[in-house]
Amino acid sequence: MSLEQAKAHAHDTWQCGSCSFVYDEAQGWPSEGIAPGTPWAQVPEDWRCPDCSSSKDDFVKT
Amino acid sequence: MNTLAPPATWSDKRYLWLLSPAIPLIALLSLVGFQQTGHTLLLWTLPLVVHALIPVLDWLFGEDFSNPPESAVAELDRDFFYRALLWLFIPFQLAGTVFGAWLVATQDLAWYQLAGLIMSVGGFNGIGIATAHELGHKKESLDRWLAKLTLAPSAYGHFYVEHNRGHHKRVATPEDPASSRLGEGFWRFLPRTVIGSLRSAWELEAERLGRQGKSVWSLSNDNLQSWAMTLVLFGALVAWLGPVVLPFLILQALYGASLLEVVNYVEHYGLLRQKMPDGRYQRCEPEHSWNSNHIVGNILLYHLQRHSDHHAHPTRRYQALRHFEDAPQLPSGYALMITVAYCPPLWFALMNRRVVQHYGGDVSRANIHPARRAEMMARHGKPTTKR
Repeated sequence: MSLEQAKAHAHDTWQCGSCSFVYDEAQGWPSEGIAPGTPWAQVPEDWRCPDCSSSKDDFVKT
Repeated sequence: MNTLAPPATWSDKRYLWLLSPAIPLIALLSLVGFQQTGHTLLLWTLPLVVHALIPVLDWLFGEDFSNPPESAVAELDRDFFYRALLWLFIPFQLAGTVFGAWLVATQDLAWYQLAGLIMSVGGFNGIGIATAHELGHKKESLDRWLAKLTLAPSAYGHFYVEHNRGHHKRVATPEDPASSRLGEGFWRFLPRTVIGSLRSAWELEAERLGRQGKSVWSLSNDNLQSWAMTLVLFGALVAWLGPVVLPFLILQALYGASLLEVVNYVEHYGLLRQKMPDGRYQRCEPEHSWNSNHIVGNILLYHLQRHSDHHAHPTRRYQALRHFEDAPQLPSGYALMITVAYCPPLWFALMNRRVVQHYGGDVSRANIHPARRAEMMARHGKPTTKR
């Protein structure tokens, strides 16, 4: 992945298909150790929606 | 730590699931039976099945603790059979609603016959909300559209919006209109949840459409789409059969919606997600829902009574929902529990001590009805050491 491509993907957001919670890669989820800038692919597979508990599979890119 | 029952005990309930769409079919056949024979009891078949027969069958057939092994879940998810069983409920439900309205318009019914008919038709339309609930959690647009259609006869289409985006987010917190509180009787809970859920559904759609630059009165409003289905259904029946069917349609819808809400009442009574240091509530875990493994009720309600797994994994399909060893368990299935809930003193006698036990005797960790907080704390509060 080139630097331009990496920058283009740096701020993707992913939305919970169940309750509409949004994970913003730029902000991460620091309270659970997911640092700002963490891409969705690097969020742990067992991480669940903080609002409704849906699994990672249920999120869609917005 | 939530522990699962051992997978070795898994029993495939594949063909037992055929009983779920049988509920509206049995009710429809009973109504046809009444029209043919005039036996009033046939108009009361479904209420008797729900409030008397199923509690007895729950007791007779007992509990099923088995879980599918994780290796079987993907196959269960893909199996079209289970999806088709959800769809199969809908034609029987709609046919029963139409036939019930036709009976009102064409038969000279006594008040006690009309009451039975309202509770039968409202009964399967209320139970249909369990079908709509399952369909509304799915990603497929056809299933989600069918969820709205299933809610149309009970005029409760906003449940489609509020349940996923409101209830699942706020479940087992004081902010959730659909989570009942310790010391809150069902008749006090009912107006709170009906009004609160309606308001929440409207606000959720206003917010979503606002983000898209659209008015809340847009045709994209899922609430308006769902309610329009009710208007079309009721309007068509009134146009065909006359205004005499309108009070019947409204009363059966009210009864059907109240059935949904009494189930809501049972599902999270007194349970509370604790607040974390950052001010957020902890995630919904299996400990935040009441469960029942009574097999008859579970088969008839698409495993709705395995409620902990549903809230911990909202998109997991009904056929794959699991029992957790340490999730709170109801003393019986929903059919008996909703019957008990209609009588608050009986409900409190049965359930309050279970909530207190669940929190290890510390009732301050429960979701308490504010008006009864002092009383609950005095009666069940954490014991202090006396010198």
